[in-house]
Amino acid sequence: MSDSHPIDHDTLAALREVMEDDFYHLIETYIGDSEQRLASMQKALAAGNGEEVRRAAHSFKGSCSNLGANGLVSRCQTIEDSAAKGELKGLEHLLVELQNEFNQVKNQLEIYQ
Amino acid sequence: MKDDRAITVLVADDTDTDRLILETIVRKEGHTVVSARDGLEAIEQFDRARPDIVLLDALMPNMDGFEAARRIKALAGEELVPIIFLTSLTDTESLVKCLEAGGDDFLSKPYNRVILKAKIKAFYRMRTMNRTMLEQRDQIALHNEHFLQEQTVAKQVFDNITSGGHLNTNNLRYFLSPLAVFNGDVMVASTTPAGNLMVLLGDFTGHGLPAAIGAMPLATTFYGMVSKGFSMTDILAEINGKLKSILPVGLFCCATMVDMNFRKNTVRIWTGGLPAAYIYRAGGEIEQVKSTHLPLGVLSNKDFKADPALLHLDEGDRLYLWSDGIHEARNTAGEMFGEERLLGVFARNTEREQLFDEVLSQVKAFVGRGEKSDDLSLIELVMAPSPLDYVDKSVQARAQSQLAEWSLAFEVKPSSFAIFDPLPLLLSVLLEVPGLRNHSGTLYTVISELYTNALEHGVLGLDSNLKNNPDGFDRYYELRKERTGQITEGYIRITLAHQTFAEGGCLNIIVEDSGAGFDISSLKSDGGNDYSGRGLKLVETLCDTLEYREPGNCVLATYRWHCDD
Repeated sequence: MSDSHPIDHDTLAALREVMEDDFYHLIETYIGDSEQRLASMQKALAAGNGEEVRRAAHSFKGSCSNLGANGLVSRCQTIEDSAAKGELKGLEHLLVELQNEFNQVKNQLEIYQ
Repeated sequence: MKDDRAITVLVADDTDTDRLILETIVRKEGHTVVSARDGLEAIEQFDRARPDIVLLDALMPNMDGFEAARRIKALAGEELVPIIFLTSLTDTESLVKCLEAGGDDFLSKPYNRVILKAKIKAFYRMRTMNRTMLEQRDQIALHNEHFLQEQTVAKQVFDNITSGGHLNTNNLRYFLSPLAVFNGDVMVASTTPAGNLMVLLGDFTGHGLPAAIGAMPLATTFYGMVSKGFSMTDILAEINGKLKSILPVGLFCCATMVDMNFRKNTVRIWTGGLPAAYIYRAGGEIEQVKSTHLPLGVLSNKDFKADPALLHLDEGDRLYLWSDGIHEARNTAGEMFGEERLLGVFARNTEREQLFDEVLSQVKAFVGRGEKSDDLSLIELVMAPSPLDYVDKSVQARAQSQLAEWSLAFEVKPSSFAIFDPLPLLLSVLLEVPGLRNHSGTLYTVISELYTNALEHGVLGLDSNLKNNPDGFDRYYELRKERTGQITEGYIRITLAHQTFAEGGCLNIIVEDSGAGFDISSLKSDGGNDYSGRGLKLVETLCDTLEYREPGNCVLATYRWHCDD
């Protein structure tokens, strides 16, 4: 389901109304932020730093929820919960899925740019 | 205080996306935005811009939101700076952590413009209210400080007026709690020229300055009159009249006044509205002197009765006066100390010298941590063998300056007979003599009668026999009018001579006229029935002696009076 609707367009529409001319700047910022978060999650996972993974996942979850990227939100939540419990095994797969999901979101957002 | 349109909001979030959204929403609401990307920046920005409201992300690099919140609250001091945590944290533990760090509320992601707007508005209103409250608190503190200063000054003035030299006698012990004066309690004591001790304990209705203010005229009147030797009755009447005229309706003074005579071992007590005074006999019995009058300042002097009870006190007998502060002292349970407990203190007493302290300490112990009543007033008077060893110097000076022995000669000349009545003038002189004021009525009758006789029979030569029938009566007054208008010669000489003693005084009144006089022996043989009428007979009964001098144009009246009359 998240594959077919990676983003909630109603949320985005409301955001667009608030942001007005800054909306495009917001989309750019979000994409930049997100790529940075994904990179730091991969790096932290490689270093076995579960706490850093958790924090990055939590922050990423927050901005995704603001943009209406609900699929990303639930994946971030899963990663955040596992990291909080120190279960880093298998997180690589989840990170790959997260990356894939983000690519879809990014594609969708390009419509707005 | 900045107004609504100029609210400054600090937004601290390390995620650019979220910060950008918040900044935009806040700015769209018309507020000023300052931004920070971590906790350290947030503190810097707070210190610099002093925002009204802080929106703080919990998880941030360098310093997280929890620590930043604590520092910001510390910097803000007692000022209320609402901190709203921006979080998608949902576990209870994390939320509690936010609150413990000083957070006031949460805003969850995704951000909702309407909710954020409402929160900013609500918290800004709370901040405004808090600031108003702080300002008012400071104002109240300032007022209170001011008030206490004024009270201190007022108390000094009050103490100066009320403590006119009553402090140093072995016969008197008293306790007035420090702020009792502002609960309307007043105690004045002074010695009379005759060596008596006069004490007045008063309790004005009401509290605070209005209650204290009535004590001023009371004290000045008391000290002024006691030192001049006025009687207790005069002093009470004067104070009552003064309070009645100056105090508003509903404000009056419950009082007990005592006059202790150490030579005669007597005490006069007047009680109006205060709890009964106790006499603690040397044998151990207790007698109560209950209130029998209305308080001072209630009745006009016409209806006011200043008639004290006269009691005998043996050496060592003690007299206790109190305001209702002791009876009405309350403990933590709200019970009053009451008369029964007070009597109990007396019953348990073994050493009489300790009773005063026992009463005070037991009332205080009873009150304990209860409501502090600050109007305990207690007075103990002891009938002592020796007279007072203390006399106020100023009183002595005043006593010396008063007339002890004097005489006055006053002559009325012909042209004044018709138009001038010398009585008010002479009476006003006599009223200046302490103690004689009580006798003004009698003295008026005596002098007036003697003067009229001198004028009508002596100077004008009118025959009182004329008045024996109704026609003669009219004729008599016609003649009187006629002759006073025509007279060009003659005089009436009035001489007043007065001597003061410790216990009273003696006044001689001599009235001499220019007339031919009359046959004194005829007066003695028939009791004066023909000549002088009822008037002179009355004078004879009023005076100690009344004698006539030859050739009958001069009369001498002697009037003796006593302080205790």
